[in-house]
Amino acid sequence: MQLQDFEKLFQQKIDTEIKVEPKDWMPDAYRKTLVRQISQHAHSEIVGMLPEGNWISRAPSLKRKAILIAKVQDEAGHGLYLYSACETLGTSREETINDLNSGKAKYSSIFNYPTLTWADMGAIGWLVDGAAILNQVMLCRTSYGPYARAMVRICKEESFHQRQGFDILLTLCKGTDAQKAMCQDAINRWWWPSLMMFGPKDSESTNTDQSMKWKIKRKTNDELRQQFVDMCAEQVKILNMTLPDEHLKWNAQTQHYDFGEIDWSEFWNVVKGNGPCNKERLEARRKAHEDGAWVREAAAAYAEKKTSKQQSQAA
Amino acid sequence: MNDPLIDYTLHLADNTLILAQRNSEWCAHGPVLEQDIAITNISLDILGQARNFYQYAAILLGDDATEDTLAFLRDNREFKNCLLVEQENGDWGKTILRQFIFSNYQYLLYEKLQHSKDEQLAAVAAKALKEVTYHLQWSSEWVIRLGDGTDESHQRMMNAIEELWPYVDELFINADYENELLADNIAVDVPSLKNKWIEKITSIFDEATLQIPQNVFAKTGGKQGVHTEKLGYILAEMQFMQRAYPNSVW
Repeated sequence: MQLQDFEKLFQQKIDTEIKVEPKDWMPDAYRKTLVRQISQHAHSEIVGMLPEGNWISRAPSLKRKAILIAKVQDEAGHGLYLYSACETLGTSREETINDLNSGKAKYSSIFNYPTLTWADMGAIGWLVDGAAILNQVMLCRTSYGPYARAMVRICKEESFHQRQGFDILLTLCKGTDAQKAMCQDAINRWWWPSLMMFGPKDSESTNTDQSMKWKIKRKTNDELRQQFVDMCAEQVKILNMTLPDEHLKWNAQTQHYDFGEIDWSEFWNVVKGNGPCNKERLEARRKAHEDGAWVREAAAAYAEKKTSKQQSQAA
Repeated sequence: MNDPLIDYTLHLADNTLILAQRNSEWCAHGPVLEQDIAITNISLDILGQARNFYQYAAILLGDDATEDTLAFLRDNREFKNCLLVEQENGDWGKTILRQFIFSNYQYLLYEKLQHSKDEQLAAVAAKALKEVTYHLQWSSEWVIRLGDGTDESHQRMMNAIEELWPYVDELFINADYENELLADNIAVDVPSLKNKWIEKITSIFDEATLQIPQNVFAKTGGKQGVHTEKLGYILAEMQFMQRAYPNSVW
């Protein structure tokens, strides 16, 4: 069979909604796109632990502390599933992590923003996890089997994360004036970066067309972004807060909310590494990895000693 | 008002809260992802134990006491945790050793406490014992792995032993509130746990090619509220929100 025939069969499989599995033939570009996307996703979970981990020691009640610890721990778990999904495509966890630490691999820019107050834990849950869920729900039906299955598990936990975030904000907006102000301030700071999470506009997005054809993605960036705006514009009313966009307005004709223009220069700047915390986040990951080197070496050395002991006993 | 049962319950609560606070500093900074999850999980388990003890202490105290007023609105001198748990994390070896020392103690403590005449304390201990069994197993395995790993890891474990051993004896000295509760079979007589504790340490250390140090001068005082300087900083950070925004619901 010629390469074109393989590609044709592959596309037929995609078109008939048959999942691609690790040992199946796939185009190199499909594999590469997936490795890039899944590893970015994994890194986002791992780097995403940092801004929220930042408030574990200062959580305002024991209950909130316990929930936050559990949440950040879930994210570590999500990172694990996703690194494993990457391994099914032939890329080892070590390679993937090295790409993060060297700055070669990207992760979601949202985690380059600082968490300044407790209300940020609420805003991240509601907005950031909310935006992530829309993307992830779509990915539960992605064409690559292991990725789709990891997403099903992740989505279940993410919806709990979003609820806990909203609950933090709901409690703040029923509280003292200082708490209400803290809540509005967090929404103001996290709203636009959350909209940026869906990526560049469809007209500027280089990967969208092919990813849609391969059914890695099933909705475009702009479609998902609109869905998110429509959802949040309603939910914010429950909080008695506002979204920081003077152009936000219901459009009866389109049956969607119109909204203002994203500051794309900020978007590209943060992507390029000039966000408020890009440097700190990467440093923290590198430091954890470097400080842990002796531990990993010791574990490997011990495991080896044990194996050779067992072998000599068996001999 | 000094009620020994309240003091004792707070002692049990403070031990677990402060260690949970310390362990949670590792979250997102662990040496490998699986172990990041493990130490965070232990933190979550013992935080859960702390909450159970605080909730009980709050009932005993009555008035407006809650688990949160007890955790966030008491000052340094009122905390009754052992000095061991407030020590800095240091490297992974020191954290592991601290956990091993403490889980080994806690396992023996809860094994007895689950038969306490005080039903609440007995119930919390019985429930927590399963968790602690795992913490002890996990930390034992790591002590062995690091002690018998590389030259560097062995040296790091020796350093950790030197740093932490002065805080071991305090675990096995009864405070006044413990002595007062012994006759009614409410508190556990902690000196009676020491032999078994040493047995376990010895067997794990043997496998880890580590030695128990001799003639170490014991540092004590935490159980009576006289702490190392480190606790003040833990509280300053942990209590920040409740101090900065008093009388708020979170």
